[in-house]
Amino acid sequence: MKLHEYQAKSILASYGMPVPRSGVATTPQEARDVARHVGTPAFVKAQVHAGGRGKGGGIKLIESAEQAEDVAASMLGSRLISPQTSLTGAPISIVLVEESLDIEYELYLGIVIDAIAQAPVVIASKAGGMEIEEIALEHPGLILREVVQPTVGFRAYQGRRLAHAMGLPSNLANPVADQMMRLYKAFVDKDCSLVEINPLVITKSGQVMVLDAKMTIDDDAAFRQPDMPSLRDWTQEDILEAKAGQAGLAYVKLDGDVGCLVNGAGLAMATMDAIKASGCFPANFLDVGGGAEPIRVAEAMGIILADPQVKRVLINVFGGIARCDDIAEGIVRSYLDSGKELPLVVRFLGTNKDEGIRILKEAKPDTIFVDYISEATKVLQDITIQ
Amino acid sequence: MSILVGQDTRIVVQGITGKQGTFHSMQMLEYGSNIVAGVTPGRGGVKFNEAVPVFDAVETAVRELGANTSIIFVPAPGAADAVLEAAASGITLVICITEGVPAMDMIGVLSYLRGSNVRLIGPNCPGAISPASLCRVGIMPSEIHTPGRVGVVSRSGTLTYEAVNALTQFGIGQSTCVGIGGDPLVGTSFVDVLTMFEDDDETEAIVLIGEIGGNREQEAAAFIKSGGVSKPIVSLIAGQSAPPRKRMGHAGAIVTGKSGTAEEKIRALSEAGTTIAPSVESLGEVMKQVLRGSTA
Repeated sequence: MKLHEYQAKSILASYGMPVPRSGVATTPQEARDVARHVGTPAFVKAQVHAGGRGKGGGIKLIESAEQAEDVAASMLGSRLISPQTSLTGAPISIVLVEESLDIEYELYLGIVIDAIAQAPVVIASKAGGMEIEEIALEHPGLILREVVQPTVGFRAYQGRRLAHAMGLPSNLANPVADQMMRLYKAFVDKDCSLVEINPLVITKSGQVMVLDAKMTIDDDAAFRQPDMPSLRDWTQEDILEAKAGQAGLAYVKLDGDVGCLVNGAGLAMATMDAIKASGCFPANFLDVGGGAEPIRVAEAMGIILADPQVKRVLINVFGGIARCDDIAEGIVRSYLDSGKELPLVVRFLGTNKDEGIRILKEAKPDTIFVDYISEATKVLQDITIQ
Repeated sequence: MSILVGQDTRIVVQGITGKQGTFHSMQMLEYGSNIVAGVTPGRGGVKFNEAVPVFDAVETAVRELGANTSIIFVPAPGAADAVLEAAASGITLVICITEGVPAMDMIGVLSYLRGSNVRLIGPNCPGAISPASLCRVGIMPSEIHTPGRVGVVSRSGTLTYEAVNALTQFGIGQSTCVGIGGDPLVGTSFVDVLTMFEDDDETEAIVLIGEIGGNREQEAAAFIKSGGVSKPIVSLIAGQSAPPRKRMGHAGAIVTGKSGTAEEKIRALSEAGTTIAPSVESLGEVMKQVLRGSTA
């Protein structure tokens, strides 16, 4: 789950990391009041779950409180399109108004979980302000890493080592290391899978400050992170993906017209691959999961049928824990609810296959049943799209 | 004769009285697996299926009944604890089926296990099965498996069943099938399992099933290329049609490089000399040709 910049900063501030004076606004008038309070010049920053905001016009310098109001009025209610958003962009419903600082150094600081090291890794670079991908492409030597030994955590010496390697003056090594340790503590406490401070700045007066912050929380830790529901902003996600997320389904919207419902992530991907290889295009990835009960399947099917791009549907289920009759029942429920007459191709294998086929045949006699994925894709090709 | 699980496997099921634990324990017993005990803290003293003793702690199952392998169905919040308990109680193979274990928990577990003689498979995996010894320590459908000489290793669940089914339909049996799990942080890697298959006299060829994300497949490819595996390998990578992963954070992409795409993985495995299967259904056919070629 991604957090907004203002949410991440508020968490980091509670760990003693200095952040610029700022306030959030949801109306232009509020933005004006916050700007008066913060002082000008200041920045108005659109709060969306995507990077590249500057390039998309989502970060603007303002000289007066009145200008803050105007800029906020143009941003709020609009959609920000950046290199990292979808083509339709991300909706802006909150802006952050933040003081402008005199900057001496701009650093990159991040923590991720490295699957090969099987440990958190702290990443730092003196080329802050650039996207980390750009630094990696243009100056790979400027990316520094410290692997954390989880039982002892991130240590001060590692922070000083990173500070020295970035070429900072030695009087800054301890303050920078201190910020890194605070960031690591927040990372662990909040079950993050990613934090990025880009940039972490050092002002002309020598103060270390968090100028921008990204934070992603491990969804699997929701049971012990009670703040997660209140921090979640579903408006930042694709509407169908958000609906699926709320139902606990793994769904990704794609551009094709073949809706697919599959059990298991690997098989779902393999099914999409087969559809694409046959010259058709999948409309989505959807893993209905292991012990799929009819109600859950109906929810999943409902999401597929709610996608206006879907013109035909493929069900591919390898019954194990999941039972084909349960799946069939769920499908029937949502097909009847939707009132849509979309062609349905079904491949059932394993547990209660025959019963599943019987249920579907009865409720939707024109369902096409196949035994193999390759057969399914052939049938899909032959279905005339209305 | 097989790897990881076989005739000598004595299973303790952690979470045996839960819904999933009960269902799959029944399936494992029906297949012929040797479940010596179950563990559910607070439920010690009852019998599962009127035969299998249930204890409060794993150490009792080890001490009294010689359990050496654990399978875990404990819900995610307690799964890491269950792995650690098994490891601390003398279990040497821990198979964690549980899905959704927090990454931070796994970091602690993996750090604890490093350097020990305990092997963890998973989490978020279907487990392992050796058909010749009728030993299933997992949630895979038993009936698709048949004894034979092909080892299967995969990151996926249902896709593995599909692959095994394709092999069986072509008359190709399996020595052992292992699902290493779909999470980024798992106890056993492709390289670990490839090493075991290479050393196993009963395994003649290997199926490797990977998918997008991370760079475990490239790690496997490098290992194969360096001579780590001499047996023929057929590989399959799922996710060629997937868009760039939405959840993949920036800094994550840096740590693992640009290696997460299906194309990169297929290229690496192809360069390492493995045969790429174009689809899961073609696996049986492709493996048949590979086996014919290797004996010719």
